[in-house]
Amino acid sequence: MSKLAEQLAAGRFVVTAEIAPPKGIDLARALSKARLMKELAAVNVTDNQGGNMRLSPLALSALLLREGIEPILQLTCRDRNRLALQSDLLGAAALGIENLLLLSGDHACFGDHPQARSVFDLDSIQLMAAVRGLCSGHDMAGKPLRGVPNFFAGAAVTPEAEPFELMFQKFAKKAQAGTAFFQTQAVYDVDKLARFMDAANPLGKPVLLGVLLLKNARMAEFLNRSIPGVRVPARLIERLDAAADPLQEGIAIAREMVGHARRLCQGVHLMTLGHEERIGDILA
Amino acid sequence: MIISVQKGKDELLEILDGKERLFIVGCGACATVCKSGGEEEVFRMQEWLASLGKETTGTVIIDEACHIMRAGRDLRQLKAQVEAADALLVMACGAGVQSISSNSDKRVLGALNSLFLGNIRRFGQYEEKCSLCGECILNETACICPVTNCAKGLLNGPCGGMEEGKCEADRELDCAWHLIYERLKKQNRKGVFARTVPPKNWGKVQKPGRHKIPG
Repeated sequence: MSKLAEQLAAGRFVVTAEIAPPKGIDLARALSKARLMKELAAVNVTDNQGGNMRLSPLALSALLLREGIEPILQLTCRDRNRLALQSDLLGAAALGIENLLLLSGDHACFGDHPQARSVFDLDSIQLMAAVRGLCSGHDMAGKPLRGVPNFFAGAAVTPEAEPFELMFQKFAKKAQAGTAFFQTQAVYDVDKLARFMDAANPLGKPVLLGVLLLKNARMAEFLNRSIPGVRVPARLIERLDAAADPLQEGIAIAREMVGHARRLCQGVHLMTLGHEERIGDILA
Repeated sequence: MIISVQKGKDELLEILDGKERLFIVGCGACATVCKSGGEEEVFRMQEWLASLGKETTGTVIIDEACHIMRAGRDLRQLKAQVEAADALLVMACGAGVQSISSNSDKRVLGALNSLFLGNIRRFGQYEEKCSLCGECILNETACICPVTNCAKGLLNGPCGGMEEGKCEADRELDCAWHLIYERLKKQNRKGVFARTVPPKNWGKVQKPGRHKIPG
């Protein structure tokens, strides 16, 4: 059982964070960032995030394990068909990786290879079903496996997406498909978070609130413009704008969101974008 | 209808290099409606070739260039003009080009790019609605195809990129799943939302497609 699974099962407030693999094979920076996260339950390793080609998250996840850091391997449906996905999953299990985050994947048109052919042979729900299948000893073709993996597979949700009902039906389908935990897109509106958690709680799945560190007002405005389902309220942008030290204010905001998560959710997923050394301050 | 557009002049000049006498083939069906390979476009192509100092040995607009037997018959009737040419310049979709190439050992040059199976919104404005996936679920999705209208072809609801009912990949476009959801709601039924759709059987679109009407 992974540390993440154990902590969630024990009802502990869980903290995860994430790193992106490098473009290239120099892993020094990624590993030094990850070492700052050693005390957390687990560390997400992103998969060609935003459609930008990076080193394989499977490789970096395996290297994290060697360092004694528990990874959450992110796996998108954008770049691999069902053969490649299952094959990578078995490979991950053989390397000792248990935690997964299964995603559709950002559209390739936003990335650095916009001419790539996107795959989407499966969607994230079908991939979850495939993972459940592997864990019960057979592949998608129904063929038995010699040596059965054990995964703790999570999925993503965007609590502020509108229309709410449409977003929620997908969340419910993911929960029904056997999702063990959820990590959310960043949320800054506590009322919206409470509305989501009210609806989500009956499904009984642990939810880790996405907390994205705001570095300044400009970044907040960029998120509002460019990242689907992320809305930084005007009053927070004003706070960042008025602050003598915007990063310090951003950390204060993140700390407040962690406080709300302690009340409403089962944990937090921290996205610190280069300020990993401040994780302690955010959790303080 | 197959939506097609003419290749750019630069590419055409490249493929026409060294070919001095050309026989031009247009298509009376889709390429005519798309204004990429009808009578008018064939005529203008002939004029352009003349301006380059190239000779047109003859032209034909085949009723449906994708009809292999008909294309063969039309070419045979114009045998002398076809034989006199260095190459056949085909202003039809990829299917049309291959109808011609399967009927002649002459060099065949395709003048168009084929884009998609398209619906006509109004003249000159085409939209892709169907991907010919071989396993239609329109009856469950309020007759809005997610395989085609969702940028990711997802089968179980919108991705995390949906924002205010718009598509992640193109904010001008409605999220297909939002459209499906709204129309099903109007029809007071759950449709596809009532079940988890299993992975698609892409084996049904194994290439190349073949179909024979039984009996």
